[in-house]
Amino acid sequence: MTIGVIVFPGSNCDRDVQWATEGCLGMKTKFLWHETTDLQGIDAVVIPGGFSYGDYLRCGAIAQFAPVLRSVLQFVNRGGKVLGICNGFQVLTELGLLPGALIKNKDQNFICQNSHLLINSSRSDWFINYKNSTINIQLPIAHGEGRYFCSQDTLLKLQDDDCIALKYLNNPNGSLDDIAGLTNKAGNVLGLMPHPERACDPKIGRIDGRYILQALLN
Amino acid sequence: MSKFKVSVIVSLRPSVLDPAGEATASASKRLGIEGISNLRIGKSIQLDIEAKSEHDARTKIEVLCDRLLSNPVMENWSFDLRESNS
Repeated sequence: MTIGVIVFPGSNCDRDVQWATEGCLGMKTKFLWHETTDLQGIDAVVIPGGFSYGDYLRCGAIAQFAPVLRSVLQFVNRGGKVLGICNGFQVLTELGLLPGALIKNKDQNFICQNSHLLINSSRSDWFINYKNSTINIQLPIAHGEGRYFCSQDTLLKLQDDDCIALKYLNNPNGSLDDIAGLTNKAGNVLGLMPHPERACDPKIGRIDGRYILQALLN
Repeated sequence: MSKFKVSVIVSLRPSVLDPAGEATASASKRLGIEGISNLRIGKSIQLDIEAKSEHDARTKIEVLCDRLLSNPVMENWSFDLRESNS
């Protein structure tokens, strides 16, 4: 079982993800350069954080046309699991795999802190590795453009379909409905602004992020 | 083939909060200029395009604006297109 981590020019959390999945959790991990279309042997895909293509135009706007993402679309349609973290979440919305958009934080600041989160939906299997009683977790966030936005109609649909996976308890960036993470309707795609890969190594703090990454290969 | 000069404006939809616009409006007060409101920051993009006709050019620019230059979830766009003689 192998995890593929996409590397765009400007990705900067790709090696953090590899350290978490391979170094901390022992899951085989391979980098996928943005120009490849070959996902052979890949069982789950991570789109990591960073500034893909410099985040020129809008966050994730140019990345949506990367060759590797054409293959990721087919991978998702076949039921493959895809996790988008931070810039990866922005890319998933630009790509249309998740609805809405992520825009500049309400207070203009780049926010870098530990964030208290509520697991809001147990419809998909991304969170089943947490103990049954765990609904509040802590993960780091680090972003300037993490304010989730969508139309009221889209929000109602997300609520009706139980796609709002993670919510902020303190809403640091002004996200609509406190949204920190979403799944698609099928449940195989998860996008979130917090960084689970930065909460996997007990030497540097909490390990709440491990369970989400382990769910890649559930 | 004809050549056209295009100027695209991308702006945040009115329902989207623009914190950068609000911060800039508040700085305008500090500069001593009163009466500024509804300051919204967008993008201006200039480009040249070669196409068979003006209609063809407009159709292509519309796709470009919708799919790449703007995100319709949060932004509106408009453009001005002129045939260039050069």
